[in-house]
Amino acid sequence: MKLTRIGQAAAVLSIAALGLTACGGSNNPGTSSSGAGTSGSGSGSASGSASASDAPQVTGTLTGSGASSQQSAMAAWAEGADGIKSVQSGLKVQYSPDGSGAGVKKLIAGQVQFAGSDAALDADEQKQVQTFCGPEGAMNIPVYIAPIAVSFKLSGVDKLNLDASTVAKIFSNKITKWNDPAIAALNEGVTLPDAKITPIHRADESGTTDNFTEYLHSAAASDWSWDPAKAWPSDLAGESAAKTSGVVGLAAQTEGSITYADLAAATNLSHASIKVGEEYVVPTEEAAAKIVEASKRVESTNKNDMAVEIDYSNAPAGSYPVTMVSYQIFCQTYKDQNTVDMVKAWGTFVSSQAGQTAAQDEVGSAPLAASISDEAAKAIATITVAK
Amino acid sequence: MTTVTAPSPLTAGEKGRAGDKFFSGLTFAAGALILVVLLFVTLFLVVNAYPALVASPAELTGESFFSYVWPLVLGTLLAAGLALLFATPVAIGVALFISHVAPRKLAKPVGYVIDLLAAIPSVVYGAWGMLFLAPLLVPIYDWLHTYLGWIPLFGDPSATGRTILTASIVLAVMVLPIITALSREIFVQTPKLHEEAALALGATRWEMIKMAVLPFARPGVISAIMLGLGRALGETMAVALVLSSGALGWNLLSEGNNTIPAEIAANFPEASGLRYNELIAAGLALFVITLVVNLAARWIVNRHKEFSGAN
Repeated sequence: MKLTRIGQAAAVLSIAALGLTACGGSNNPGTSSSGAGTSGSGSGSASGSASASDAPQVTGTLTGSGASSQQSAMAAWAEGADGIKSVQSGLKVQYSPDGSGAGVKKLIAGQVQFAGSDAALDADEQKQVQTFCGPEGAMNIPVYIAPIAVSFKLSGVDKLNLDASTVAKIFSNKITKWNDPAIAALNEGVTLPDAKITPIHRADESGTTDNFTEYLHSAAASDWSWDPAKAWPSDLAGESAAKTSGVVGLAAQTEGSITYADLAAATNLSHASIKVGEEYVVPTEEAAAKIVEASKRVESTNKNDMAVEIDYSNAPAGSYPVTMVSYQIFCQTYKDQNTVDMVKAWGTFVSSQAGQTAAQDEVGSAPLAASISDEAAKAIATITVAK
Repeated sequence: MTTVTAPSPLTAGEKGRAGDKFFSGLTFAAGALILVVLLFVTLFLVVNAYPALVASPAELTGESFFSYVWPLVLGTLLAAGLALLFATPVAIGVALFISHVAPRKLAKPVGYVIDLLAAIPSVVYGAWGMLFLAPLLVPIYDWLHTYLGWIPLFGDPSATGRTILTASIVLAVMVLPIITALSREIFVQTPKLHEEAALALGATRWEMIKMAVLPFARPGVISAIMLGLGRALGETMAVALVLSSGALGWNLLSEGNNTIPAEIAANFPEASGLRYNELIAAGLALFVITLVVNLAARWIVNRHKEFSGAN
């Protein structure tokens, strides 16, 4: 009896605790949003980005759904003091991190006004979305760029050079020792220990895994035979942990480990420099933004689509190739003027330099290059009411 | 538990009978409620699992639903089975210590501490297993591999200790208090006459326990083990945190294997479409396993009833 009662109390408490933390995460009000436009005033107060605050004030609630990778950045954009509230005090944005696939489905079904996704709409989805978005479909706007660091823990070694093929071999268990000749050849002058390599991958399905395997698949096709996917290849054995914090934590407590994670989150680890052309590039936000800027656009039926395809084989000097690009997907046309105004205000802000800086301060993502920001602003400006 | 107060026997009569009716109606409602809830859970599982069960194999994660789910089923049974293997002897030992061996001054506090173990949330067990126990077990696994490596169960050891064996040990710690608390309650129910008779016949304390206490308690202890098994089979968070999941394998010392609850927990948040149905179907498989295991346990208990010594 006592046992069950204590058990019940514990269950109730833990559920209550979960509920409370869940609320705490989402209902964080933008405390003292400095420079927020006073209610009802026609002109936005002049702080933050110049481009967005010129826009007339809009009121209403936008709903979005999609990739959980954007969740923290989304909190900064939607709730933070430097977020949308600093330019549009009447605009509320709700985002549920249901996953990229679910977000796109909801946009197709017209349940949300925009979707967040780690992958741009494919041709098939672009066709399906026309029911809700009008004959011109939707546009993929890159808003969240995050370098994925190849991080390791090896005492005595804090700088390491790797190329795509070596990374692929390490993560497919073909290279199992740190002093393997293949690694040593890239790191002259570094004393590598005769220790076992423990590669760690994500246990849950994740956009990080998708982008990382995409890189290995494209840049080291002969050493990585698996197709890029959100789930780690099931026939490839290895240590794993859930979520970014899980892999980073596990790597930090395991000597000789190597993993891949969002650079901003992999704080306790050393990061490998990745070979681009003839040089080795340290993962930084700037280097990640650079490769996105240099990337080719994917052909699309929508002329304002900005979906990029990173060209790993042809990366410009000083750019960091293992980079995740996450999009927000907006319709070309919406049913009513107010929705159009809200979407425009939101999209312009998120892709503006002010919005990008807000996300960088909050989660350490790489801000979009100015040219991409401008292009996004132009693309979003073409959104109109459906005829 | 209920708010109904029993009518005083002095005022029994028409009014008392009405109270009786009310009370039996209330208990009937409670009994029916649990069945209705169970029915709805079953319905939910079947309805949501159905698309995955009839989908063409090409759309599923594995080659067919069966090939996807059977390694998970075996992994779940393996983890839970190992956990019971570790937990049961210890739990019965502790329960006997509290009920028959320890001086009363010691028995009470030990009982409280064991009960306390049951109140720790599974996330805490998971974190403990992941951050403390797993690294601690790495040298032990190395040792096992070096000296017992010829047994296929002890193959190449993991460098992180995040293995099915570690998960089982964490599960064992989690089910320990359940089995202990219930077994202790049953052990103290042993009729004093049986015990004294055994002692009077010249039995030692161990012989008395063997002849009087254990046969009497056997059905109850089996029920206790089954409750523990239920928790071990369904445990999600601790396994998800402690285990480096992967394909099914014999080697207990390396990463690999996975359990149904951990698989569901890891993939549910981002699942959509058929993948969602597939995960629910895996949940249905777990539901069926639990049902079968419990029925089997009930059968065992009934079979041994007449030899229990309670009559």
